[in-house]
Amino acid sequence: MIPTKAVITAANPDEKHLPLQTITDSNGETKSALQIILDDLFSAGLEAVAIVIAPASREAYAAAVGPYGKQVTFIEQSEPRGYGHAVWCAREFTAGEPFVLLVGDHLYLSHSGDSCVKQLLAVAAKQDCQISSVQATHESKLHLYGAVGASRVPGSDTLFTVHSIMEKPTPTLAEQDLIIPGLRHGNYLCFFGVHVLAPKVMELLDAGVSALSRGDTLGLTPTLATIAGSEKFLATQIDGTRFNLGERYGLLRAQVALALAGPHRDEVLTSLVEILATSK
Amino acid sequence: MDSQLISVIKSEDAAIRDTALAQICRNAPLTELLSGADGLDTFRRQEGNLYHRVRALFFLYAIHRFHLPEKFSPDQVGKIPFEGYEHLLKRRFQEAIDIFLAAMREHGPGDALSSALASAYHQLAFQTLADQVRKSVRTVRGNQWMFRMGHPADQPLRIRKELLQPLTDGSLPILRERTPVRMDLSHSGWSDIFFLGMDFPEGAKVINVSVDLGVHGRDTETRPPVEAYLRVIDEPVIRLTSVDLKASARIDSLGEVFDFAKDYLGLLKAAVIASGIVPPGIEGSGKKLSALLEPLVGPGRGIELVSSVNDIPKGSRLAVSTNLLAALIGALMRATGQTSSLTGPLRENERRIVLARAILGEWIGGSGGGWQDSGGVWPGIKLITGQTAGETDPEYGVSRGRLMPTHHVYDDSEIPASARQALQDSLVLVHGGMAQNVGPILEMVTEKYLLRSSAEWTGRKEALGLLEELIDALKRGDIKALGEATTRNFHGPLQTIIPWATNLFTESLIEKARNHFGSDFWGFWMLGGMSGGGMGFIFAPHRKTEGQKMMQEFMNEAKARLQFALPFAMEPVVYDFSINPHGTFADLLDSDTSAPPALLPPSYYQITVPPLLRRDPAALTATQRADLHGFAEASRSRPEFGDSISTLFDTLFPKNAHGGGSNDSSLRDLLAENGFDRKLHEQIRRDLLTGRIGLAQNRLPPSSLIEDVRPGDVQDLTAAHFAPADATRVGEAALAAGQVAVISLAAGAGSRWTGGAGTCKALNPFAPLDGAYRTFIETHLAKSRKSGRAAGAAIPHIFTTSYLTHQPTSDFLTAADNYRYDGPLLLSRGQSVGLRMVPTERDLRFAWEETQQQQLDEQQQKVRESLHTALIHWAKTSGEAADYTDNAPLQCLHPVGHFFEIPNLILNGTLKTLLTDRPNLKTLLLHNIDTLGANVDPALLGLHLQSGRGFNFEVITRRLEDRGGGLARVDGRLRLVEGLALPQEDAEFDLSYYNTLTTWIDLDALLALFSLNRQDILTGDAGEISAAVHRLAARLPTYLTIKEVKKRWGHGQEDIMPVTQFEKLWGDITALPEADCGFFVVPRLRGQQLKDPAQLDSWLRDGSADHIRSLCRWD
Repeated sequence: MIPTKAVITAANPDEKHLPLQTITDSNGETKSALQIILDDLFSAGLEAVAIVIAPASREAYAAAVGPYGKQVTFIEQSEPRGYGHAVWCAREFTAGEPFVLLVGDHLYLSHSGDSCVKQLLAVAAKQDCQISSVQATHESKLHLYGAVGASRVPGSDTLFTVHSIMEKPTPTLAEQDLIIPGLRHGNYLCFFGVHVLAPKVMELLDAGVSALSRGDTLGLTPTLATIAGSEKFLATQIDGTRFNLGERYGLLRAQVALALAGPHRDEVLTSLVEILATSK
Repeated sequence: MDSQLISVIKSEDAAIRDTALAQICRNAPLTELLSGADGLDTFRRQEGNLYHRVRALFFLYAIHRFHLPEKFSPDQVGKIPFEGYEHLLKRRFQEAIDIFLAAMREHGPGDALSSALASAYHQLAFQTLADQVRKSVRTVRGNQWMFRMGHPADQPLRIRKELLQPLTDGSLPILRERTPVRMDLSHSGWSDIFFLGMDFPEGAKVINVSVDLGVHGRDTETRPPVEAYLRVIDEPVIRLTSVDLKASARIDSLGEVFDFAKDYLGLLKAAVIASGIVPPGIEGSGKKLSALLEPLVGPGRGIELVSSVNDIPKGSRLAVSTNLLAALIGALMRATGQTSSLTGPLRENERRIVLARAILGEWIGGSGGGWQDSGGVWPGIKLITGQTAGETDPEYGVSRGRLMPTHHVYDDSEIPASARQALQDSLVLVHGGMAQNVGPILEMVTEKYLLRSSAEWTGRKEALGLLEELIDALKRGDIKALGEATTRNFHGPLQTIIPWATNLFTESLIEKARNHFGSDFWGFWMLGGMSGGGMGFIFAPHRKTEGQKMMQEFMNEAKARLQFALPFAMEPVVYDFSINPHGTFADLLDSDTSAPPALLPPSYYQITVPPLLRRDPAALTATQRADLHGFAEASRSRPEFGDSISTLFDTLFPKNAHGGGSNDSSLRDLLAENGFDRKLHEQIRRDLLTGRIGLAQNRLPPSSLIEDVRPGDVQDLTAAHFAPADATRVGEAALAAGQVAVISLAAGAGSRWTGGAGTCKALNPFAPLDGAYRTFIETHLAKSRKSGRAAGAAIPHIFTTSYLTHQPTSDFLTAADNYRYDGPLLLSRGQSVGLRMVPTERDLRFAWEETQQQQLDEQQQKVRESLHTALIHWAKTSGEAADYTDNAPLQCLHPVGHFFEIPNLILNGTLKTLLTDRPNLKTLLLHNIDTLGANVDPALLGLHLQSGRGFNFEVITRRLEDRGGGLARVDGRLRLVEGLALPQEDAEFDLSYYNTLTTWIDLDALLALFSLNRQDILTGDAGEISAAVHRLAARLPTYLTIKEVKKRWGHGQEDIMPVTQFEKLWGDITALPEADCGFFVVPRLRGQQLKDPAQLDSWLRDGSADHIRSLCRWD
């Protein structure tokens, strides 16, 4: 499955400001978080990106995309009706094709030569099914992510067949249904935040939106869980780290990680040591 | 032999595996038994399989407890090394066994060492099983993470958003969990004990019904009796309130959450821990509770948890406390997203995790529930069955069965609605009012199962067959057949396995129901582990209403008759009940379901509002202000809050706040009536406070030389040496001449027998012997009857009594027509009484910290230590050495020791009556009420007479359980010495003989000791006699002791309080130089004492009961 389009969701009213944060990337260039995500997407070969935004935020987002203005489409979600609904808003943009899905409030730092998106696309190219990036996550962070129950694909260290998906499970539930052999105690496979999704997702979301009552919201997890229960759905571990900008000090952590991953590592490290040495 | 024993344990063939140990050991000679035990011990040390090890341990216990002792010769006794005993106390069982075995190799086997080994193997077996259950609880998936979490930053739980959405008045919604309780139609011979289910899953089967309850005549309708309420509050604390126990606490530190016995909120704390809110892994981390709560509910917020059980009394055998724990855990898990739905019923996988958490909670709280007890979480009628462990289960390869059973809920196609209705139309559910500890029964069941004792094993298989019959009857709606089967179950398999499942109270109720209702009484049904508390009586439907009325009357009448003989905790009640079709169920009290603000139960406000009213209004939080407004509004508008304001005033201004209540006056009267010596009492208080007397001061000076007896110090009358025909003739002649009387000491309450319940041990119908329940009194009379008839002269029998036991004993004997005893039967009433005092901190610490104590299992020990801290605090705040008056008046008094029971005979005129009737009376046989083997044996009597001594005391060789002093040479003088008086605890273990207290007394020598004679008794001046008695008493030591006394309150609740009292003891007359004392070593069967109901089963099995039967003539 080789997608050419990507969808970034950034419409959550509580978190819509996060992709607009200014941050210095690994090369020392200051830009918006959104632009760093777009750097990854376009450098991985994707051709078009849609960003689902909240009403009245188009201007701010247009300013944040930097040089990618022409390759980016903005789609407004008129009211906050859930993550699944936000993705569904991009159905015309994806136009029946597979697509990459990311959330706008995360940054991804690769530990290998290829960006996280590129790593996922490389795996997806060899598979004929949906695939989500996942990362082993400690149980104390489960309340932040969707988690998968899966079994290892024979012969692979990083590929898993997904059987079930739970949104932000408690360890109580995770321990019963989501234990993965080979992971450390108390760790589960949680979504990394980047997926390669098939057109069927939009079909299922469409049905979900049609059935949605006024005031209700639609998540994405039930749709993914339906697919995991009915057809092949893979997950792959990415050699990288995700940073949730919405967490307390999330932006700071992302900034430090980016700074330490580039050519100015020594300079940043020296600054950190100085801060450590003089702070009380 | 060892290979045979091992092959029985290891066999895959059930026919071989189920061989009874007794069958192998019965005819084996001593040497073979010893080598068998040796081989088994080696086997169990090497064996990897847990249940093989445990079974080997039980075999070893039984060999040392039952099979070896009967094959030892009387001189094969030996001594128990104190070092091994210390290991036992510290629960280092393996080390204790090694020391006992080494002693056996060095000095040879013997009765004493075998008793120690039996105890060590027994305790190690149960410890191994308990450890395995705990390990399994921790490894249940869904529970494991809570043991890993050790830092607040790792708190993975978040409160659900619905609980943070303010209502229109600004208050937050309340989550309410309502849970039925469970009743079991059959537990297939206690197969719901974890140990059994995990070894014999095929045999673990229970039919369990979830029921709503109401108290008949009090409640207008039935409802789920268990309720838990939860809400978010605006303080970073956990507030816990038990509406029924009228207790509330504001917890702001982690340590306090784990402090279970500090207050009455241990169950709520266990729920907070087992639900993961404060996970067990964080205990002792030193972190702040607020730091743990912040990620959960947000900064500055906390949670409040409230429990209510609708005044259903404790001990109902309906698993109220386990289902309450499950309800609390359920609410907490729902609130933190550990279940998929916040409200409504639970899914099956969620019920199972609630069950696992409830098991965990019971372990954490130091209690132990059954495997089926959380049955109320499930709906309707279900079959709960044990499951064989599969490859993916944590138990696989360790035990045959899983920890967690499976529940099959019967639907309407299996048990139609008409059958359910028929059950409701026929069953009368009651609480008989008895409160008993079911723990020993569960241990007995486990032991018998693992030993495969043949009758009991057959009983277990019968019970399993009966279960099928019960299910079939239930499906057909044939309640008559159901009643017939439950009755058969009770009288058959259940009592075959455990005779103590029934008692005189239960039997008399069944008999009355049968006599009154004839064929319309369809059956009896025991609920839970034993009868006497929760029970079911099944009637033809058209007589159910009458059945409810009559059962209340029958129970009231039986309780009135037996209240001093059996431990009742409360008045009997009849319940209304209905089958609950939902199981546990939650709803959200918010503006959609009730007018805001959402309210907690009315009783909650009676506990929490008074302290709020006393506070500065400006210091109240928003939640507290909203509570006060809500309560005020509700008391005006809601019917259930109708009398709230007047009740609140009663709480704020209690009528008897300044004393002078009826309790005080009846205590004063009792003291006056029973010879309370205020002057002496005040002297003791002064001495206690100044440290002149105390537990430490009971001891002889450290310089005292304590030595064991020397050859010739005692007369050994055990079987091997004892056949003195001439002495027997002398004894028979004295008996025929009417020269002997028996005195049974029955003034004490027998604290150990009922755990300080304040009943009369002498009147306790302790065991069925020859077809009827026999009291201690009846048994002693039956022995005297037999001896008297053999001699041709009835023997006068005297029971000494006290303020506590006199009237009940007198009434009981009158009602029993003195058991048709053919000789003089006299009661000798006590003449003095003491008033218990609040202990000093010094004595409590001495008793709990400086004296060797049996350590408990890890979690129970923690709870005990927490309780001790709370009790020391209670003693300090109540006033050390203050009068103990905060209890029923009779529970505040104490008898002053059995020494006084002998002079009382003189002071109260009993001896005068006796001498008037029997002028040639020469010998008195004095014994304790629980020394059942003591009788007027002609040979012993003859030996006593031939000895010419004033006093001959009977002693027995020592076993592990014989603690409390013995026969010793103290600074060279042979005398009995109390355990309290020994300067070092290990000294007792060097003493070969234990004092039974049974004494042959020459009447004239006794009087001489008081400087009196027969003429003084018949015609002397009361004042002079009294002075003589006091002169002697003053020469004997006064011991200070700490006793446990039960304080009853609420609905069947009991607190056990330590109190200080003093006593003088009869054995100390052996220290008087002018008392000419001798010592007879008698066989154990004659001298052993029955002090604890847990001893009864062994007593029945080891030949003791048969021996007593042989001494008795019942009519």
